[in-house]
Amino acid sequence: MKKFTVAILVNNQFGVLNRVTSMFRRRQFNITSLTVSETESEAFSRITVQSEGDEIKKEQLINQLYKLPDVCSIAELEDLDTVSRELLLIKVKNDPQVRGDIRSASDAYEGKVVDYTKESIMIQMVGDSRKIDNFIDLMRDFEILEICRTGIVTLQRGSSTIRRVTNL
Amino acid sequence: MILSGSDIIVRTLIEQGVQVVFGYPGGQVINIYDSLYKYRDELQHVLTAHEQGASHAADGYARATGKVGVVIATSGPGATNLVTGIATAYLDSVPMVAITGNVTNTVIGTDGFQEIDITGITLPITKHNYFVGSIENLADTIREAFRLAKSGRPGPVLIDVPKDVQVAKYDYEPQPKVAPDEVFPAKDIRIQQAAECINAAQRPFLYFGGGLITSEAQDELLQMAETIDAPIGCSMMGISGVPTDYPRFLGMQGMHGHYACSMAMHKADVIIAMGARFNDRVTGNRAKFAVGAKIVHIDIDGAELGKSVNPAHGLRGDVKKTLQKLLPLLKKQEHPQWQATIQQLLEEEAASLDSREGMTPRNVISMLNRYLSENTPVATDVGQHQMWAAQYLNLKTSRRFISSGGLGTMGFGMGAAIGASMGTGERTVLITGDGSFGMNLNELATAVVNKVPMVILLLNNGVLGMVRQWQTLFFDKHYSNTMLTDRQTDFVKLAEAFGAQASRALTLAELEEALNKAFACDGPYLIDCAIDRDEFVLPMLPPGGSMDDIIVRIGD
Repeated sequence: MKKFTVAILVNNQFGVLNRVTSMFRRRQFNITSLTVSETESEAFSRITVQSEGDEIKKEQLINQLYKLPDVCSIAELEDLDTVSRELLLIKVKNDPQVRGDIRSASDAYEGKVVDYTKESIMIQMVGDSRKIDNFIDLMRDFEILEICRTGIVTLQRGSSTIRRVTNL
Repeated sequence: MILSGSDIIVRTLIEQGVQVVFGYPGGQVINIYDSLYKYRDELQHVLTAHEQGASHAADGYARATGKVGVVIATSGPGATNLVTGIATAYLDSVPMVAITGNVTNTVIGTDGFQEIDITGITLPITKHNYFVGSIENLADTIREAFRLAKSGRPGPVLIDVPKDVQVAKYDYEPQPKVAPDEVFPAKDIRIQQAAECINAAQRPFLYFGGGLITSEAQDELLQMAETIDAPIGCSMMGISGVPTDYPRFLGMQGMHGHYACSMAMHKADVIIAMGARFNDRVTGNRAKFAVGAKIVHIDIDGAELGKSVNPAHGLRGDVKKTLQKLLPLLKKQEHPQWQATIQQLLEEEAASLDSREGMTPRNVISMLNRYLSENTPVATDVGQHQMWAAQYLNLKTSRRFISSGGLGTMGFGMGAAIGASMGTGERTVLITGDGSFGMNLNELATAVVNKVPMVILLLNNGVLGMVRQWQTLFFDKHYSNTMLTDRQTDFVKLAEAFGAQASRALTLAELEEALNKAFACDGPYLIDCAIDRDEFVLPMLPPGGSMDDIIVRIGD
């Protein structure tokens, strides 16, 4: 199914994330990635959410989001106009037979080893979701102990900002 | 001036033009009730028998007047008892402000006595809700709640106020009543495109819902009907939006809609929908709904466009303002062939109408019609009686049909009728059934105490008729838990026990006598009106069916 990403600028208050995700749950929009963070202004938080569905589903989602009073602005993020990144931490078993292969793969993907013990290797990697997916696939040849990825953060290229949409 | 939080709540309600609040006291709102006592000359509080009744009363008040209905309840069970009422208002876009008390801030989150997370519970059934953790924001939060409740597509807003905030003191300065957000017509280009589509129509059909009433766009609708020579139909929520006997008006569409109306919508080539949301009770099987028609959908809530049906033209904007811009772009049209089709459908409908004598639902409601003034609000509960009311009532004025459409809340009627009567000052009719009435009949006490002029027409068939009808048609007459015949309730004695007047009607002559008394009575008057349990609501579009499956007569 086609995936799409929207950035949502919301009032920076407790419970707002719950209001947004509650709407997703109630109307059965599937969340494939979600990140929340503070922004350049204390007044707002930014939610970057990736969901899946056709154009109608996407429009529905955006229209339903606009009905939440805490939602200040929404930006539809198209792949071509945006920079999108995820951070991955992956822990694999440190097996002497394959540790060289793991290192080479990590190097090829510009990963960084951030923890190294007799039993395990932890690699940090930044990139778009596809790169991260591909790297994880590669690591499946070895014994993956644990994975944690942050979800997508996305900004539009150029000087346009989400706040400019509604003159906040 | 420095006031307590509870005083600020009551003063802000008064400032916002509230004249009546419905509610029920309790431990965590006792301060608010003390303030209500203090300001009792400026703000009337109506004590109900149950918080649910209070929420429906606030709802009925709002539906009948267009003003924001206000309800107050205590924390815990008081708050949860509001939930059905809030959800009812939410599904039918009724402006309401619910104020609940809660335990003090220091106890919040510790499962204190009568503590409940009512903002969490009501998240999906309110437009928005607030937990007011500090008194600094109290008055402005209430103002904001009123603005939200009545802006755009109206709906309920809940404000949860912990007890310590009610006790604390803070500066209060009265403010003017907040105005709802300005509404806008749809974009010019969309209106232009829609006009072209409508001008090209051969079989146009105008279809409206409750949004037309909210937007007060009746005049524009009728003008459009005359200009493009189109029949008019409505959803159940639209009833009373156009006078029932208006010549172009075909009535209600949907599962139990009027035959000619449903068929005309089915045969139309362009459907112009205004303030309606194409609920599944309206469309039946969506894949087979109005397949040949282009839909022009006007709604103030953009999320309704494309939610249930895919319109050729989705116009997001206020119905009235959009129609005002659309009207000058429409060509004067005449569709003699289409009108001939409509005429034929009306004849078919007339031929299939129930013409039996005696206590049939149609004869009962027809007799009631003779007693209604132009301004009489008619509330209903939910079930067969509701559909008979929707099919046979003759209403002249907008906001006079008070019925739970979206949520279909049995037990809605008693509270709603009380609220509608108090809001309009008119004698109000409640059409109910023995099932629905049994749910919230405790509000008879409220009607008696407040001498609410109210005619309760109880269509008593001794069964849960609507479910039983489905069991008859689709479940091999397995009448699972729908027979109330073993109940020994004497509704006349029951009403009298509450201090209301009542009588029983087994024949139309007795009904006439009872109605004469009821419409002359100062307070509530109940008529226990016997209806045969095998009376069905027809026509019926089977659930998930299309117009091809319509059942007009049983046994066909």
